[in-house]
Amino acid sequence: MNWLIEAFYIFFFPGFLFAIAYGFFMEWFDRKLYAKMQDRLGPPFLQPLADFIKLLSKEDIVPKAASKALFNYVPVLSLAFLLTAFLYIPIFSNSSPLGFNGDMILVLYLKTLPSILLFVGGWHSGNAFSSIGAYRELSMVFVYEVAFFAVILSPVLITGSWAFSDLAAYQQSNPWFFILQPIGFVVALMCLQAKLGRVPFDMPEAEAEIVGGPFTEYSGKKLALFRLCTNMTMVVGSALIAVVFLGGPSLLFDTSSLGWPAMHLLGFAAFLIKTLFVIFILSVVRSAFARIRIDQMVFFGWKWLGLLALLQIAATIILKMVGVF
Amino acid sequence: MHGSELIVGPQHPALKEPASFRVHVDGEKILSLDLDISYNHRGIEKGMEQRTFEKNIYLVERICGICSHSHTTNFCKGIEEIMNLTIPRRAQYIRVIMAELERIHSHLLWLGVEGHGMGFDTLFMYTWRDRETVLDLMETISGGRISHAMNRLGGVRRDVDDATAKKVLQELKFLEGRADYYINLVKTEKTLAKRMKGVGILSKKMALELAAVGPTARGSGVKRDIRKDDPYAAYGEIPFKMITSDSCDVYGRNYVRVYELKESLDMVRYALENLPKGDLYAPIPDTVKAAEVVSRYEAPRGELFYYIRTNANNMIERAHVRTPTFANWLSVVEAMKGMHIADIPIIIAAIDPCMSCTSRTTIVDANDRKLGALSWEELEAYSIKWYKGRGIGWEK
Repeated sequence: MNWLIEAFYIFFFPGFLFAIAYGFFMEWFDRKLYAKMQDRLGPPFLQPLADFIKLLSKEDIVPKAASKALFNYVPVLSLAFLLTAFLYIPIFSNSSPLGFNGDMILVLYLKTLPSILLFVGGWHSGNAFSSIGAYRELSMVFVYEVAFFAVILSPVLITGSWAFSDLAAYQQSNPWFFILQPIGFVVALMCLQAKLGRVPFDMPEAEAEIVGGPFTEYSGKKLALFRLCTNMTMVVGSALIAVVFLGGPSLLFDTSSLGWPAMHLLGFAAFLIKTLFVIFILSVVRSAFARIRIDQMVFFGWKWLGLLALLQIAATIILKMVGVF
Repeated sequence: MHGSELIVGPQHPALKEPASFRVHVDGEKILSLDLDISYNHRGIEKGMEQRTFEKNIYLVERICGICSHSHTTNFCKGIEEIMNLTIPRRAQYIRVIMAELERIHSHLLWLGVEGHGMGFDTLFMYTWRDRETVLDLMETISGGRISHAMNRLGGVRRDVDDATAKKVLQELKFLEGRADYYINLVKTEKTLAKRMKGVGILSKKMALELAAVGPTARGSGVKRDIRKDDPYAAYGEIPFKMITSDSCDVYGRNYVRVYELKESLDMVRYALENLPKGDLYAPIPDTVKAAEVVSRYEAPRGELFYYIRTNANNMIERAHVRTPTFANWLSVVEAMKGMHIADIPIIIAAIDPCMSCTSRTTIVDANDRKLGALSWEELEAYSIKWYKGRGIGWEK
């Protein structure tokens, strides 16, 4: 029976099927918010799904100058990495059934790979705009991933474990980490925005400058998969921030006395609300700024994101030595 | 990537109309830029020679979708000068009202395009929403949102009655609030400043040397505005300030335009409140002597230049139109040097390019599949052949 439950967990809920459905919902939510902030109507509820299906049915072109194998496998691989990463993030209880001590590292690793793959795909498209987008993507990876890893590391300094379950358990009995580590929370949000390639950090795919960056030559099914990847990055990224900084499935009151169905339902609701809150912040940022240049981004990343992340770690270590945690 | 070439256009998301830029880049830095802008030849100048003056007003209106009123006013101004007409003051004021509303609409549109170029889509959505109000006002006055058909030889076709004036004045309040908002935005928004300050440097000396016009010149500190230099219509009577900026970059061009929004709103208000009584148009003579005239006009993008030569048959013998975009292309080439790839759309957008008004001639030989320009001798030979083919002797 055990493998049946695990298969259900992996493929249906809260595995691939839920992740993809939630990704579409998140895309709609984000686009609707963005539209409302710009005084527009925004897309209808099923628009993201319709876009996806339409793209799937479109002609799929592989440029002559592209390296075929790399060009073709990149979208599939990045989707696989992101879906796998999602399995290890606790959704409705303190730990995912597949969780183990070290799952945080695995998720961070799996979350970084698609950016590298995007670089590979763009670089091998055989198009000048793709190449520019690809190396912009790569220069950004070196900036935001360092800061992101650093701020995810600092809660771990307190809990002393590389497992999501310990992080979530700690936050059930203590204040959530966005209160304990506000700098880390802000840096993590900015890094997620950069990771998602959204304004003000969307220079890898800035359409007015370089058409679509690494995506320029992608069309049809592969572009559809890439868009799905963006949605999955949104899901995984917001879930990661929700678990690490916003207490994951824990609520402000103790739910363990309510019995497991109610407890898990409430935990799941908490997860949904928290991830959507993260997306809300990201949407506000996206609509309030203009795109900065790649050199300004690298400067900003090392000067502010990197510095603040280090500051957060230093503060955590000092507070721990003093005995606050 | 030392010295590689990036080809932007003729089809590119940053370009709303076709133009081609060969950008020589070193990594993210731009070394130089080659322009090719002739993708949109429509034969309008030739078309003008085959129409009567009245019909030409509606033809030149279609040179540009944004400054349609500029083109008709400038054309009428030239012909009226040949006819030696005195235009009633009321008509002059109404022309100014339309012209300034058009400037507001053009500048708002431009602000949105510029915002989109730097990924600031919220600004784009906001300005284009506010622009709707201006278009509605122009529709209230003239009956058309884009092609207003407001001018006729000797004056204007439609009156601005008290009810319309009241409505326009009411809507102006909303627009004034928005103009203040955009001024504040341009001055305080950090990411905008990061993208605009120090980008697309065009020094005052180069602006003069390359004969930049309009907000591009004024953004580089050149005091050049036809409304002040050579007042036409009612601009001699309506008070306004010429906005210039000494920052010589995209920010300066932006600064000039957002402040001009405010100036234009004030001018519309003044003109409506002080609208003189009188006729809408002066009677025009039946015949026109053969003459030539140069007519200049400050369109939203800069100096619009018309050269018109009439003949004794009440027809135009030769007309030449130079749109402000054409005058500003050279300044783009200059401003692009040493900038980043990411600045390309911003610097191009900063002159508010309007390609279809600009393109004049390109020769496409269907047999040889050759594309390019002709030398003067080739063109002369070609035209003689063309006329002879239609039974018109060059010698006569």
